[in-house]
This record gives sequence, structure tokens and C-alpha cells, in this order.
Amino acid sequence: MLEKTGVPEPEQIKKITPSEERLQKGPVAVVECFQNIPCDPCLYACRHGAIKEFEDINDLPVIDHELCNGCGLCISECPGLAIFVIDATYGEEEGLIKMPYEYLPLPGQEEEVNGIDTEGQAVCSARVIKVQNTKALDRTPVVTLAVPRQHLMRVRSFVRKGGE
Amino acid sequence: MQKPEIAIVGGGPAGLSAALSAVRQGAEVMLIDRDPALGGQLVKQTHMFFGSKKEYAAIRGIDIPGQLMAALEEDGKGKFAPVLNTTVLGYYDDGVILADREEEQAMLIKPQKTIIATGAAEKMLPFPGNDLPGVYGAGAVQTLMNVYGIKPGARVLMIGAGNIGLIVSYQLMQAGVEVAAIIEGAPKIGGYLVHATKVRRAGIPIKTSHTIKEAYGNKSVEGALICSLDENWCAVPGSELDMKVDVICLAVGLTPQTELLWQAGCEQKYIPELGGYVPLRNEKMQTSLPDLYVAGDVACIEEAGSAMVEGKIAGLYAAADLGYDENVEEHYSSFARELEELRGGPTGAKIKQGLSRLNGGVEQC
Repeated sequence: MLEKTGVPEPEQIKKITPSEERLQKGPVAVVECFQNIPCDPCLYACRHGAIKEFEDINDLPVIDHELCNGCGLCISECPGLAIFVIDATYGEEEGLIKMPYEYLPLPGQEEEVNGIDTEGQAVCSARVIKVQNTKALDRTPVVTLAVPRQHLMRVRSFVRKGGE
Repeated sequence: MQKPEIAIVGGGPAGLSAALSAVRQGAEVMLIDRDPALGGQLVKQTHMFFGSKKEYAAIRGIDIPGQLMAALEEDGKGKFAPVLNTTVLGYYDDGVILADREEEQAMLIKPQKTIIATGAAEKMLPFPGNDLPGVYGAGAVQTLMNVYGIKPGARVLMIGAGNIGLIVSYQLMQAGVEVAAIIEGAPKIGGYLVHATKVRRAGIPIKTSHTIKEAYGNKSVEGALICSLDENWCAVPGSELDMKVDVICLAVGLTPQTELLWQAGCEQKYIPELGGYVPLRNEKMQTSLPDLYVAGDVACIEEAGSAMVEGKIAGLYAAADLGYDENVEEHYSSFARELEELRGGPTGAKIKQGLSRLNGGVEQC
């Protein structure tokens, strides 16, 4: 149970997973925010109106996957670092995950890393495709990883190989 | 003796917001803080804040004092006087404040209105070995790392899975310090679950229904014995676990720092949901003493976002009571609405219940 362990349940993840049909159309954001807390920056980060207007600041963000184009502007705006962009159309076998990553040193492009799941366990090898660390990201760099397609909803962090 | 219109004790989020709100009404403000820089606990909050985008959400805590100071410089020209490195020691019957100024002579201040925004102190946990070097409060760990760039140790056991325990664990990881585990006596994580998932994916286990039995070590902490708790909070026999750590970090809650309010003779009530003894106050954040206002954690242990809104309310009415009362109702209703929104969800329910008890209202389930 999430409240006991800090790990989201598979049903919770299933609920926020975009449809296979939508995944086939390109990158899309997933918001892994499962608790009603007073927080709303994601709403203002989205320029496409894909995050539905809140009635109350404690509402959970609900994302309209049809309006979301996976631009990723919301990733570094979420104080909970709970937003990821997944792209299932990257390759035959591989998909892309864009994730917030606030640790130093940042990985290098093309670096091989270990993809980590929500329990902190290594699930697969992953490749760093891009590292963004612009001023607009305000010290929350965004790292794009290529992972085997079946792990797109599983990998949520990474550790550098041979590192810690 | 200095005689400012308004004196504010404490330059954290609540005090700074109170100052801004009061100078915007036109009042003169003296803001007294014991530290060399304003910002209170914000100066070590390197993470992004939650809350309303209108109220500094998604902005890092460390960046908020600068924004408030810039606004104070702009709107408080000639009206705002910060007094740093100065600790307020006493509040006397005649409304005089005594402040200690390090090397200089002590200072006597007689403001017309005083806003107490002294924040909170960390709670301690009793267990054998809790006086060993290496047992820290979470605030100290954060100060060492985030203000002075010093690692507190190599491997940490965090006690408490509230927001502070979770956030400080994350910041320890960012500083390259290993966190062996976060243990929490309650059966559920107390902090925001997004913080919990963030530290879990960083590989830190969170053990709910667990407590520390003792810390051991020769000259400093070398390890800790932890055990699991049953539903009656009793140690489960045979559940002991020995953890080799050199730091034990306590994040077991905060309690309002109300000493000055006791000295002043404010009426206070013990409300566990609000963190301990808290002052009675009306919707203007005015205490039982008409010239004394409160804001922030000293009034109720809550988030910085609510502390800032409370500060705005206290500053507004301290100024209004001096005659600077332009658009008071309009401002108040917008501030009150912000507070209501921040406390509207499940995480605010405890605060609302505590406030209702404080005001002698019927307890809500």
C-alpha cells in the first residue's frame, strides 16, 4: 500500500497509463500523483490545456492524453517530481522516458545506466539520450532515457553503472 | 528606546510576509531576527515548494526570501528596518521588548503593535544513547548540508516519515550521503506521498510501524537497534534489527516556540493537532492581548505556504489597527480564501479540526 511503503500499487499505475492507441501516436505525459494535497503548478505549466482545470487546489491532476503532446514542460514544474513523459514510438524495441533528475554529477549523453523502478530496484539497462539543464528548468534537469518498451511504465529513475 | 509602529519577531516566511503586508498598508516595520540573514528555515529548503502557483509553489524555498526582500525593498522604502543578529529575550507587561545584540548593547523596543512569528522547535525522542554525538535534529542536518556544505556523516538512519524526514532524506542522497532507512512509528507515512515515492525510487527503504530502541557507540554513534511495533505501539518481540550507521537524524515533529507569548501573558491552549500549546487568536491573528499578533508555526505547525498567508493577515490587521486601513476587508477576504483553499483537502483536515478545538468549537469527525 502506497501509504505504508511509498510505492504506488500496480492498479494505481494502470489507472494513469495512457491507452495503447494513444501511446502509438507519440510522446505523452503521465502524472503519478495519487494523494490530494494542496498543489497546482502542473496546471499552469501546461500550455495545451491538457491538465483539467481544478475545482479545488487539493484536486488530483487529471490529464487529457488527447490534448497532451508530450512537450514535457510540466516535468520540472512538479514539486513532487511525479511527472514523466513516455514515448512508445521511438523505435521497434525501445521507448523513451523523460524524467526529472536532481542528482550530481549528471550523466553524459549515450551513457549506459541502470533503469530503476519505484522500489529502487534495477530493472534493465538504459541509455541516456539527452540531458536538459536549461535555466528555465530551474535546477531540475530532465534526462531522457531509452529503455526496452515494456519498461516504459516501470523505470522511474536510474543509477550510473559502476557508480553508487 | 526605539518605538517602531510595528515590531515583528522572526524573519521566516510568516514574519517576512507580515512585514510586506504591513508596509504595503503604509505602516513602519522593524523586523527582528536572531540570524545573520532573513528567511528563517527557508534558507535551507533547497526543494521546490508545494501549494498554490499564486503563492510560491514550484519555487525553491531558498529562493523565496530573495523575492520577498525585493518586494520589501520596493514597497517598503523608508518604512522597513530589518534588525539582524538580534535575539528577542523578553516581552514585558508594559509592551517593551528586550533584545540581545551579540557584541553590542542590549536593545529596548516599545512598538505599538507586535507580531510574534518565532516559528517552531524540533521535538526530541527519548531512547538510550540519544545523547551520543551523531544524533542530530533534522534541522541541524539540513543546516550543515544546505547552508554550510558539510556532510553530517556517511550513513544515516532517519527517524520519522513526515515531510521533514522525507525531504531531508532526499537532500542527504543529493549530498551523496547514504540513507540506510527511514523508520516511522505510525502505520502510515505522514508526509506527502510524492516525497515518499521520490526517496523510494532512490533506493531508501521506508519502514512504517518501526521505532528506535537504542543508539550505541563508544564515543559517537556506531549503530542503532530498531524494532517493529504492533498496532498498540508495543515492540514486537524478536523484531530487533541492528543498523550500522554513524548518524541518527530525528524528524519527529515540531512544537510552537511560544516562550515570548507565555511571557506576554497570552491565553494559550494545548491542541495536539496544532503541535502543542498555541495562542488563542481571532481571524485577524490577534491574540488575547490586543496589541499582540501571531503568524506561522508559532500559532500552528503547518506548511510555509499557510504561514505566509497568516503573516499577510497579521501584518494587514496590525497596520489597520494603527489606522492604515485602506481596503482591509478586500485584502482580508482574498487572504482568508487562500488559507481556506490550502486547508481544504484531506491534509488540511487535521489543522481545521485543531483550529475548531482551539476556538472551543465542536469537534468534527
